Amino acid sequence: MSSVVITAEDASVPRYFDNRVHPFPDVPYRKELDASQKSLKEKEKGSWKQLSHEEKVALYRLKFHQNYAEMNKPSNEWKTVVGGVFIFFGITGIIVWGQRHFVFPPKPHTLDDEWKAMQVKRMLDMRVSPVQGFAAKWDYDKNEWKK
Amino acid sequence: MSAALLPKPQMRGLLASRLKKHIVIASIFSFGCACLYKFGVADPRKQAYADFYKNFDARKTFEAMRETGIFESAPPKRK
Repeated sequence: MSSVVITAEDASVPRYFDNRVHPFPDVPYRKELDASQKSLKEKEKGSWKQLSHEEKVALYRLKFHQNYAEMNKPSNEWKTVVGGVFIFFGITGIIVWGQRHFVFPPKPHTLDDEWKAMQVKRMLDMRVSPVQGFAAKWDYDKNEWKK
Repeated sequence: MSAALLPKPQMRGLLASRLKKHIVIASIFSFGCACLYKFGVADPRKQAYADFYKNFDARKTFEAMRETGIFESAPPKRK
């Protein structure tokens, strides 16, 4: 069984990075060049008009890892995120239902319909929010809710 | 190499041009919000209060409330 040795990048020297906000990374992408790449770099020192299109692209790929189109291309990660959100909504819903069914005590008597009717009558008698709120919606002459 | 050169992008004054555009947008938006609130909420509310108190008889309302029996220190008139 062959062991894979992973060397950590030295974070104390300048590193290459692809970042939308920083167009010029600190170091070129490929630092160790083989013979043909070294000769290409020598040719780059002359006039660029003598470089062919393929040579220019090769020089670009030596300097940079991904161009902006590749760096910014959209992914399908949002589907994973939305799916995870819904999964956790479901888990939360199960927990909430379990609590309501098994844990909560009976509702207080003040939430019965008869009690709530008495409470509404008392609020109307007290003229709660008579201008724009609660009692404003009650017709005191006809003794019914305003249409 | 592309057949035609791309138009030269704006190289300087990017913050200034961004600020100019966004200050206009921000002023219009905030002014619009203020107008909407004034005409949608503030003025109708003032009018509602004015209408409520225009023909408000405090004594009559108090007597009506008293008859329902909610006051401790002002019990209903008739037993």
